[in-house]
Amino acid sequence: MVSLTIDGRAFQAKKGQTILQVARENGIEIPTLCYHEAVEPYGACRLCIVEISKGGRSRVVASCLYPVEDGLEVKTASPLVLSNRRMLLELLLAKCSKNPVVRGLAAEMGVDGTFVRDEYLEDHDCIVCGLCVRVCEQIVGVSAISLVSRGVNKHPAPPFHEPAVDCIGCGSCYYICPTGAIKLEDRGDTRIIHNWKVEFKLKKCKVCGNYWAPEKQLEYIAQKWNLPEGFFDVCPTCR
Amino acid sequence: MRQRLSSVDALEALRQELSQSRRRDKLTIVICHGTGCQAYGCKKVADSFLAKISQLGLEGKVVVRATGCHGFCERGPVAVIQPGDVFYQRLAPEDAGEILDKLLRGGVVDRLLYHDPVTGKGVIKYHDIPFYKKQVRLVFGNNGEIDPTSIEDYIAIGGYSALSKALFHMSPDEIIEEVKRSGLRGRGGGGFPTGIKWESCRNATGELKYVIVNADEGDPGAYMDRSLLEGNPHSVLEGLIIGAYAIGAHEGYIYVRHEYPLAVENARIAIEQARELGLLGRNILGSGFDFDVRITRGGGAFVCGESTALMASLEGRVGEPRAKYVHTVERGLWDRPTNLNNVETWANVPLIINRGADWYRTIGTENSKGTKIFSLVGKVNNTGLVEVPMGITLREIIFDIGGGIKGGKKFKAVQTGGPSGGCLPEGLLDLPVDFDELTKAGSMMGSGGMIVMDETTCMVDVAKYFLTFLEEESCGKCVPCREGIKRMKQILDDITEGKGRDGDLELLQQISGTLVDSSLCALGSTAPNPILTTIRYFRDEYEAHIKDKRCPAGVCKALIHYYIIEEKCPGCGLCVKACPQGAITFMGKKKPVTLDESRCIKCGACYDVCKLGAIGVR
Repeated sequence: MVSLTIDGRAFQAKKGQTILQVARENGIEIPTLCYHEAVEPYGACRLCIVEISKGGRSRVVASCLYPVEDGLEVKTASPLVLSNRRMLLELLLAKCSKNPVVRGLAAEMGVDGTFVRDEYLEDHDCIVCGLCVRVCEQIVGVSAISLVSRGVNKHPAPPFHEPAVDCIGCGSCYYICPTGAIKLEDRGDTRIIHNWKVEFKLKKCKVCGNYWAPEKQLEYIAQKWNLPEGFFDVCPTCR
Repeated sequence: MRQRLSSVDALEALRQELSQSRRRDKLTIVICHGTGCQAYGCKKVADSFLAKISQLGLEGKVVVRATGCHGFCERGPVAVIQPGDVFYQRLAPEDAGEILDKLLRGGVVDRLLYHDPVTGKGVIKYHDIPFYKKQVRLVFGNNGEIDPTSIEDYIAIGGYSALSKALFHMSPDEIIEEVKRSGLRGRGGGGFPTGIKWESCRNATGELKYVIVNADEGDPGAYMDRSLLEGNPHSVLEGLIIGAYAIGAHEGYIYVRHEYPLAVENARIAIEQARELGLLGRNILGSGFDFDVRITRGGGAFVCGESTALMASLEGRVGEPRAKYVHTVERGLWDRPTNLNNVETWANVPLIINRGADWYRTIGTENSKGTKIFSLVGKVNNTGLVEVPMGITLREIIFDIGGGIKGGKKFKAVQTGGPSGGCLPEGLLDLPVDFDELTKAGSMMGSGGMIVMDETTCMVDVAKYFLTFLEEESCGKCVPCREGIKRMKQILDDITEGKGRDGDLELLQQISGTLVDSSLCALGSTAPNPILTTIRYFRDEYEAHIKDKRCPAGVCKALIHYYIIEEKCPGCGLCVKACPQGAITFMGKKKPVTLDESRCIKCGACYDVCKLGAIGVR
């Protein structure tokens, strides 16, 4: 166990835990966009920055990645942290000027506009946090998409920008996306994920007749867990 | 094929044999085959010498040796005649006969010597040339002595003696202690003490450890690591094997850019030769120590010079940095303890082991020991690679070694440390060059780029250039770097287009602060340096752009106007032909031409072509 203080309060934490984990366990809120407990932390959005000091030296680190240390003093909302966080939100706001999640988060932090001139504002939903890519790789296990290109052009995409051949249509990317950038639509017996240019036939429940999951996803699970044929004929509600 | 060397005695016996056959009294024409001289056509020069030698029946009496880069790239192709150290420059294949003639009869070919720009006199010996005189070529000097594709050449001049000393007369701890005491700091940019890094890696838990040579040099205009790996690959390899032994690693990698084909090839040859002689592989020199190296070629992304991005790329993943809260010496390549050093750092190691930390410490300043290789480029007379002791002033490098500013123009700034370094003004020319002084001045050592700028350079434009580079090279992972650089560049674009506004400078500084504090890696946290230093030292230039909508250096197109200085224009019509827009009209002989500003695209073609100074810029 290690002892540290966060915003003046003393805590005991397990070795290997991150500052963010310890803070959240103890009800201290640190804003994040690219963090999700289901996948490995990535440190891209930088909103979770905190100021740490130990032995007189202080610096700003990403709390989602920084492992706790004995004697660490953490400030989650020091003036330095807040001014940097606001600047980061202004930068995100310039990229996603109409996105309600980014706008809401900015407003919570007292950021109601951005320094960027109106003519340069952009209207994206994706903040390139990589959660969709990480969940597809680490949880689903198919790696149907990845982050491609570099710098300002970086974005999640299927290989060669062609329809994502390995996508099973599970929609994990859609559910995990913090800003609603992934457009998923269930239309009758078809699921469409517009971002990855894919369409899937949905399975019909033998009992209630509802379309409840993409057939390809169910095949993937059945194969992975060696399930008997017909296992998914009935939806979870009717089972 | 030679036999494996199974002991120190075998190595020493081979060295004896080789140095006998390489006696310096044999007439040798040393021709630089670095990339610069190759671009100038040195291979044809060498072929011409070989043909002449055989024509004159001089085989065996006169030898031609192709070596690595001599550093004075501006003057290529260059050659040194031994004995006597006569330095010839800007050679053409036709010069071979004349040089050989003088070589046999005595005397030198004056027109091919370096001529002092002040006295106009020819300088015969290379170490009397001002460019070389103030240099201390410890690491780089052997480039001119050996054929980089011959391990025999390297062994003959003492190569691998540091390795045998380390393996048989020193314990790993003693080696680390020696490197620590030498004060050697990482030459790749960070300046972290090498010995401490090695010690941390040695102490890290894990059976498997790795050592890596970072040869992913990517700063615009910098090529010292390239020339070292091309010209003396064995010195890097020897340092690496010593480091591996000290740290307890048995596998190493050289991560080198694919765009450096000669460096890749020479490193490959060096590894093969070292393997053949038993200097790599199992039981090196019979010491019981096993170590081998592989080459990995990088795809040319600037960010892959960052250690964690490099390791990701080496693993076959996207070259993206990760947070280094857990250091790579503990969890690096494939999550195992990994020690990464730059090419030049590794090449310093054999020197330290052979000559001792006490000797090494005599060179340099209190906290920066040894020498540093810089690639001196830009508006300076003698461009090339220079190796100088730490603590030398910028003025000595630029004016004594570099021979001052081209075309008699005035010095304006020097940019050190690559794209994320800073621009230093005339007032700091007497700054001693070392890690800490450069950082204090707002710039950094970086890997050793040094770009000299004259009075015709616009500092806002320079900042914009580096930001453009960094915007393209940012990996795009973290928000401050990806979005921040883009927006800072937009502001700079606006300023150079006459759309700057009050408060822009403060805004740039504020965004810079966020990049420094919150970026994921050093690319982002140092990216604001070009902006911050140009604002700090050349604020008036920014203000002229923003307030007066004027570019004092006459560079930013949107802010300048070309005009005809009528009293100087004889109506020769050269500019009329040069203008791609037809904006200049011929008005008759001996009458000044006229310029239609509405059609002018400010390309500067008229300005460049007019020899009479009749085109003005305001």
